Amino acid sequence: MSFFSWAWGWISNGANWRGPGDIPQQILAHLEYSGLALLIAVVVAVPLGVALGHSGRGSAVVTNLANAARAIPTLGLLILLTVLAGFSPLAWLLPLVVLGIPPVLVNAYEGVAGVDPDVKDAARGAGMTTRQQILRVEVPCAMPLILTGLRTSAVFVVATATIAAYVGLGGLGRFIVDGLASSQYGPVAGGALLVVGLAIAVLILFSVLSRVLVPAGLRGSERSE
Amino acid sequence: MRMKLTYGAAALTLAAVTALTACSSGGSSGSGSSGSNPLSGGSSGGSVVVGSANFPEDELLAQIYVQALKAKGVNATAKLNIGAREVYYPQVKSGAISVIPEYNGGLLTNSVDTKSDAKTTVGVDAALKAKLPSSLEILNPAPASNSDAVTVTQATAGKYHLKSISDLTSVAKNLTLGGPPEFKTRPDGISGLKKTYGLTFKSFSPLDESGPITLKALTSGKVDAADVFTTTPQIQTDHLVSLSDPRHDFAAQNIIPLVNKKAATPKITAALNAVDAKLTTQALLKMDTAVITQHANYSTVASGFLSQEGLG
Repeated sequence: MSFFSWAWGWISNGANWRGPGDIPQQILAHLEYSGLALLIAVVVAVPLGVALGHSGRGSAVVTNLANAARAIPTLGLLILLTVLAGFSPLAWLLPLVVLGIPPVLVNAYEGVAGVDPDVKDAARGAGMTTRQQILRVEVPCAMPLILTGLRTSAVFVVATATIAAYVGLGGLGRFIVDGLASSQYGPVAGGALLVVGLAIAVLILFSVLSRVLVPAGLRGSERSE
Repeated sequence: MRMKLTYGAAALTLAAVTALTACSSGGSSGSGSSGSNPLSGGSSGGSVVVGSANFPEDELLAQIYVQALKAKGVNATAKLNIGAREVYYPQVKSGAISVIPEYNGGLLTNSVDTKSDAKTTVGVDAALKAKLPSSLEILNPAPASNSDAVTVTQATAGKYHLKSISDLTSVAKNLTLGGPPEFKTRPDGISGLKKTYGLTFKSFSPLDESGPITLKALTSGKVDAADVFTTTPQIQTDHLVSLSDPRHDFAAQNIIPLVNKKAATPKITAALNAVDAKLTTQALLKMDTAVITQHANYSTVASGFLSQEGLG
């Protein structure tokens, strides 16, 4: 049997969609963990990236900080925090936030720092305050890149939230960890496929978002990360 | 050509070392040949090679066996940290390793008879004796056992007057249980506790295999009881209580020497049986705590135990 037939055999079994710890519950828990982590990452990283990008300073700091954060092993941090801090939400939230910040931060910084100097001049020349320059000109111009960072980060976090299952929490990782521990391939393959599905759904969501949030004049100019 | 020379030199050195080791009969203590490649195998050339698996407790037990054999004038060397059972078991079978400290239940269900459902020490040993390959034998089991156990904090044990799993009958429904994820489906896990003792816990938290997460969950009160191995140092350092298992839900895991028959002379057999007779779970837990938590020297801890029991 192939990976997909194992995965589909398990996903299509109605019993796995009912009862305690079923597929809908774990998808919800998974979205809750990743959504909360992503929200915190955005609240921290977007203002910081935009502010640094506007000032045009701190490029070395941002890049090094982001690269250093990327080197932190998420699973190691999770287990360390669980042992140190006990079973507080901090233990699973912090590793996912640390994972989610770098793409958002770097892209917000690059997006704002890279706005065409002529456009910035024009905004200043039109008599805009600093706040207006940032919110009405620089952030909208940087929006394609900011969204790219968010999208990358969201896919990272959704795919990695599986590790919460290592410390007894729910989410789609529950099926993978439990399946591995009891040598049942169905839930391992099925859980993995559901994670992939969720990550693809996140990608689609962000492509819809970018249609809504990117100013009409900038559409089609989205740069890759 | 150069390769050949190197091999030649290595062979010469090896021969010289073997000769030297063979000359120094017994007496002086030593850390054994833990530096040499444990996978190289080779003949034991008249000396007894005590192997160990790749975790602290088994290395400690191997040190105890080596020193006990040396005290009886047997020329014994140690090959520590060989690997998992899949790696060392064939080597004991072939005679490259003469003796290894084993766990009777694990040996039976992992390597000898995977379908066996023997649980008690006597039952497991009988099954091993019936099914072991002809080149191998087991000696006497030690009272010491490193088995699964439903474990609680001293506070919980005091509150509900718990000594054995049977004492949980009336309170289990109010308690949460933790353990490795497979505990949910393992025959001796949740279903075993229900079948053997009629216990149904309030809920189950999938954690890790008697590791840091399970211990943290137990000591922080996230779970009230957990599956923890009986010689885990935190039982001593965090004041935990392993509940006894009078109806044998979990298989026995007594320490037992697995011996290649070629090495099993009466002198060696007697020396190892004498060690096992004195080895209790309490003594082993204390020594594990010394080497794992307090980073004490393995061979010092081993010789301390032997001299205390009059075997060294």
